[in-house]
Amino acid sequence: MPYTSDLKQLIRVVERTRPARAERKRKGEEYPSLSLDERDSRLKDFHPDAKEGSRTPIRVGPSKGYAISPEIVSLLEARSRVDPDRVDLSRWDHETDVLVIGGGGAGTSAALTALHTGANVLIATKLRHGDANTMMAEGGIQAATKGWKDSPYDHYLDVLGGGHFKNDPELVYTLVTEAPSALKWLEDLGAMFSKHPDGTLATLHGGGTSRRRMHYAADITGAEIMRTVRDEARSCSVKVLEFSPAVELVLDEHGACAGALLFDLETEEYFVVRAKAVVLATGGSGRLHLQGFMTTNHYGATGDGLILAYRAGVQLNFLHTVQYHPTGAVFPEQAEGLLITEKFRGAGANILNVDGEQFVNEREPRDVESASFIRECTEIGKGVPTPTGKVGVWLDSPMIDLVLGEGTVRREFPGKWTLFNRYGIDIAAEPMLVYPTLHYQNGGIEFNNKGETAVPGLFAAGEVTGGIHGENRLMGNSLLDILVFGRIAGRTAGEYAVGSWRDGQLTLDHVQRYHDELDSEGINTDRVAPMLLPDYSNPEVRDRQLTTSYVGTVR
Amino acid sequence: MATSTIDIESTPELAPDTVPIFVMGRRFEVPSSLTIQKALEFAGYQLIRGCGCRGGICGACATVYRRPDSHKVEVGLACQTVVEPDMYLTQVPFFPANRADYRLDELKPFGATVAELYPEIFKCVGCNTCTRSCPMDIDVMEYMARAMRGDITAAANLTLSCVMCGICAARCPGETVQYNVAILCRRLYGKYIVPRAKHLEEQVRNIEAGAFETGLREIMAMDKERLRELYKERQIEPEAAPEDWVPDDTGQLGN
Repeated sequence: MPYTSDLKQLIRVVERTRPARAERKRKGEEYPSLSLDERDSRLKDFHPDAKEGSRTPIRVGPSKGYAISPEIVSLLEARSRVDPDRVDLSRWDHETDVLVIGGGGAGTSAALTALHTGANVLIATKLRHGDANTMMAEGGIQAATKGWKDSPYDHYLDVLGGGHFKNDPELVYTLVTEAPSALKWLEDLGAMFSKHPDGTLATLHGGGTSRRRMHYAADITGAEIMRTVRDEARSCSVKVLEFSPAVELVLDEHGACAGALLFDLETEEYFVVRAKAVVLATGGSGRLHLQGFMTTNHYGATGDGLILAYRAGVQLNFLHTVQYHPTGAVFPEQAEGLLITEKFRGAGANILNVDGEQFVNEREPRDVESASFIRECTEIGKGVPTPTGKVGVWLDSPMIDLVLGEGTVRREFPGKWTLFNRYGIDIAAEPMLVYPTLHYQNGGIEFNNKGETAVPGLFAAGEVTGGIHGENRLMGNSLLDILVFGRIAGRTAGEYAVGSWRDGQLTLDHVQRYHDELDSEGINTDRVAPMLLPDYSNPEVRDRQLTTSYVGTVR
Repeated sequence: MATSTIDIESTPELAPDTVPIFVMGRRFEVPSSLTIQKALEFAGYQLIRGCGCRGGICGACATVYRRPDSHKVEVGLACQTVVEPDMYLTQVPFFPANRADYRLDELKPFGATVAELYPEIFKCVGCNTCTRSCPMDIDVMEYMARAMRGDITAAANLTLSCVMCGICAARCPGETVQYNVAILCRRLYGKYIVPRAKHLEEQVRNIEAGAFETGLREIMAMDKERLRELYKERQIEPEAAPEDWVPDDTGQLGN
């Protein structure tokens, strides 16, 4: 729906301050950036991570006492979807060398490298192959590919600065040194990156980069990567089980990971997969809507892998920080939570309050930018109210045309222009209303730079893991992460499966022990995890479903 | 105005005006501001098929519908299309489609390759239904015409925004699978036709030769205070610098 007359009134205020702001932008006069100390205090006072009640200690399991988001804790302190005693592990429905759980970018990359070790590979995924946050990444992928000005050293320093210097050095070393070869791999697979006529890759800055090293495929970089690696997997005849999320890992008598229990979302049967090695690549958790925030994430991003690995004995790290993307759409209602790429701010669009005034430089790191929006809308009280009772700040996209020339917005942001145009909003003439939106799970399960976890036979890659990005990921490093570590985990898993694996009896005793621990901590609950799908059901409908039963959120 | 007022997903109770829609023929009253996807959830459906990214890029939620006053079949992505009064709709979450069996590294980037793998493309009758059916506004018939003529470059560049939802294939009287032809063309173009990035290959070689090892190992062992200093002092490549810009200190650019 187009802007209401109330909002159109407020847009006039923005229009009045625009010529002077554009003039300053042309002269290179920017709104002052915060110092490192000012950043720290802004985060401490206004970032959602710092809000009272935003963290609560986990009462059971290998990271007992670690304080993270209560929404995740409530899933960790939940029971299995199944009674482990009812699962017959003396026989299995699928057998494979390597089982990859998750059909996104990390999982698909892992499947391909595992295949090249000679292992046979099965992907099990919750929705369709390729339904993942990878598909939705817009901005780009970082790699120090331009040797005359950039190096893995510079990339390393940027990653650490973004992560508040808390990142695991070995993981970052691997990320930055494997980055160019990950890009080369994609080029070999025929992915279409934006290039100059001579083949030089086009690159841009992102928040927190010291060199222009953001490679991209128009504004659909993730989709181009995902559909390319998926097509390659199809060419290699990788077996894929769709609509089959894993609900538990299966271990063996030696304590090694030996498969998984899958739930068929359509026939509602459970199936046992026996595998010599398992790669966990289940992605993030935006659909848990931490603190009630809207999210940019995929429908299936419910943090399932965290639960599975945790019950099997893997510790969690860096989950105490969550990435909120500063610019998620809050209007119109049907676009809520939608990612508005950082590229708009990179191109010079100011951030404004209800009075059309700037209150923060538009290119602060994501966490600082988000905290500043929240401060303006809460403590300062100068947010822009929406018709549905929400609040946002203006992202002044028309400024881009004013500074860089008529037609720039339509040319550089064709996807977003078309989308808003369908709602009756011309973003080249009218600003967008935005507010921070849940974007990325900075932390996850502990693993190392070979893709190994504390459980033998269990490997991991992608957003489900923690340590690479420290406390805050930079733009362009998640597409990189899934490719680099997906490929590594697949290779390590394949080598393990054909090499050091030994036979053993399948068991779900670890789940039973986890239930016992919940009981002994006095946690009596009928909650179940993993969640599998978010709950967007209509409460009135639920009230009328007299004979329907839900296990968690799934009917 | 606290952060908690930013609620999750749809808030139907705040949009009291409702409209009737017909889901596979069944009438439901839904809030008029919702997308088809959220309207289905409001009506009581739990989506398993036909729902993916909820952001208009994954192609899971293709939907076809008719308005009562028009003979035309309309298409849209359920997550991007707002409901209209009296629309008759169904989702098409899947449509059978053949994909040619190929290994990209065994192919040649010629028109004949596409014609050999997908000979049915020549059954195109030029009806243009595919173009009129594309929720991403891609000129499907045009890129198929280019593919038939062997112009892989054009076919690749015309299809960059394809979400592979499959509606083109579902409606094609020539029974071709346009989107699979498109990805074949894109991959042939990306691998064989567009010039390779020489700087990429060079940098991969430099890394393999260990050119950055000393510097990296040094910085990995550094304490946080020293790192913070280095970080603050690092030179930032200017936004408007030419491609061949070189930093003042070239000491970490490999040996």
